[in-house]
Amino acid sequence: MGPLMTMTEKGPEDGGPEPGTTPPGTAPPAPPKAKPARRRDLRDHPEWVLVPGVFVVVLLLWEYLVPVLGVDEYVLPRPSSIAEALLTQLSDALFWTHMKVTLLESLYGFVLGVGAALLLGTLISQIRLVEKTLMPYIVAFQTVPKVALAPLFVVWFGFGMTSKVVMAAVISFFPMLVNVIEGLRSADADRVQMLTVFGASKFDVFRRVRLPGALPFIFAGLDIGIVFAILGAVVGEFIGAKEGLGYLLLQTNYNFDIAGMFAVLVVLSVLGLIAHFIIRAAQKRFAFWAEDNTVIGA
Amino acid sequence: MAIRTLGRRPRAAAAAEADHERWIELSGLHKVYRPRKSEPTHALSDINLTVGRGEFVSVVGPSGCGKTTLLKILAGLIPRSEGTVRVAGRDVDGPLPEIGMVFQAATLLPWRTIRQNVMVPVEVQRLDRTVYRERADQLLEMVGLGGFEDKYPDELSGGMQQRAGICRALVHDPAVLLMDEPFGALDAMTREYMNLELLRIWRESGKTVVLVTHSIPEAVFLSDRVVVLSPRPGRIAEVIDIDLDRPRDLSVMASDRAGVHVERIRTFFNAQGVID
Repeated sequence: MGPLMTMTEKGPEDGGPEPGTTPPGTAPPAPPKAKPARRRDLRDHPEWVLVPGVFVVVLLLWEYLVPVLGVDEYVLPRPSSIAEALLTQLSDALFWTHMKVTLLESLYGFVLGVGAALLLGTLISQIRLVEKTLMPYIVAFQTVPKVALAPLFVVWFGFGMTSKVVMAAVISFFPMLVNVIEGLRSADADRVQMLTVFGASKFDVFRRVRLPGALPFIFAGLDIGIVFAILGAVVGEFIGAKEGLGYLLLQTNYNFDIAGMFAVLVVLSVLGLIAHFIIRAAQKRFAFWAEDNTVIGA
Repeated sequence: MAIRTLGRRPRAAAAAEADHERWIELSGLHKVYRPRKSEPTHALSDINLTVGRGEFVSVVGPSGCGKTTLLKILAGLIPRSEGTVRVAGRDVDGPLPEIGMVFQAATLLPWRTIRQNVMVPVEVQRLDRTVYRERADQLLEMVGLGGFEDKYPDELSGGMQQRAGICRALVHDPAVLLMDEPFGALDAMTREYMNLELLRIWRESGKTVVLVTHSIPEAVFLSDRVVVLSPRPGRIAEVIDIDLDRPRDLSVMASDRAGVHVERIRTFFNAQGVID
């Protein structure tokens, strides 16, 4: 099987039919991917036990060791107090309003930032003149710490949602842009040549090779982008807002309600995780051929 | 199963007028690469060759002699420096729909099923998808990939991927099939099997084939004529008629006559001080 492996990484154990041994006209073999037993699953994926295991151990140590070490409950509340605060928050209608505001700010900002990055990234990667003209500005602007712009946006766009949406858009724009450009440029030369031989136009090549080939990169950009958008919204709320989870975080802080703060942090993490998994699911659906990709710089 | 020509397309007119003896015509062909910052390289020098319709011609030569350059010029992928290149009665100034090409790597798109991959030429040439879809399935059946139409490339072995690549090169019913070391990445057993397959496909489709290969026995086994290129700048050193009976099977290669041809080409390369 030696040299064949250069074309496809799959060996016979993966169910790939042996080359040359399939005489013409034979029916394809039955799908060999029988579901392995559950025990086999766990042996292949020790992380399924280890990840929740670490979580439980850390929580237990935190719960019972922290008071023993004499750390004040006001400084580092125990997990049980945090859970209690979380339940109180979740049963409060006002909390859900805060969450909705932050979610909407993040989503609007994400769509704006990512959309702009898709458009600009396509232009930059496909049109030399656009690249040469805009690239110096983009590199220059990328070095600006975007978070530092938040006070400016509040001055420009007010205490409402707009300033947070803009913050979220700006901060999710760059990682997406870098990935779009890199992805559209990474098109395999052999594939481009193959399409060209068969008479494809430049647009055909873009649509049938460059764009699908860029999908793994685009999803990497979306993945960082959504997390950054939430970050942007929260930072914006820190600077000046009347509602949102960032605002709530500051309120609990002023009130010295550290358990409440942790509860908000938990909610923010869960929101980020859910967004991450939605993007990963979309990636598995639309870029199914690619292995788990590496994320290009943020 | 015979794969028939589908209907009459506009380009058939040009093809009808073309001389069947000179289906592919190269005359006074030169290729010089002129990189901006280094010395120009003379890749091909004064190539004169005609290939008749339905003929199977192989091109062999030492590494870097310009075999692939020759094929890429025929495919319209790179411009020639001098001379004329005509395929099926048309000057080659860019990729022609009369040409189908098989690459060294199968170069299937991993996000498309096997059938969708085979349909790529049909899509980019804006041909009728419903008509050609049937032809795609026929071709896949012919190369033994029936039942794999909806699989993705990474579910197939290298040999099977390469067969799908051959179907893709044939789906738009081109007049000429160009093959650039199509079996170089396969192991010896699969390679022999693919050679037999190729002969069968060639016989059934009646295509004109130009095959570039590293393997002298492969060239002798498959071809009507073998074109031997000299080391760079590549020029035609010899054109050898392979007078072996057809249809051929692998036992042909054990015959004396085949051995003589192989030996003759080897001797030429040895004399040139190059072993490929």
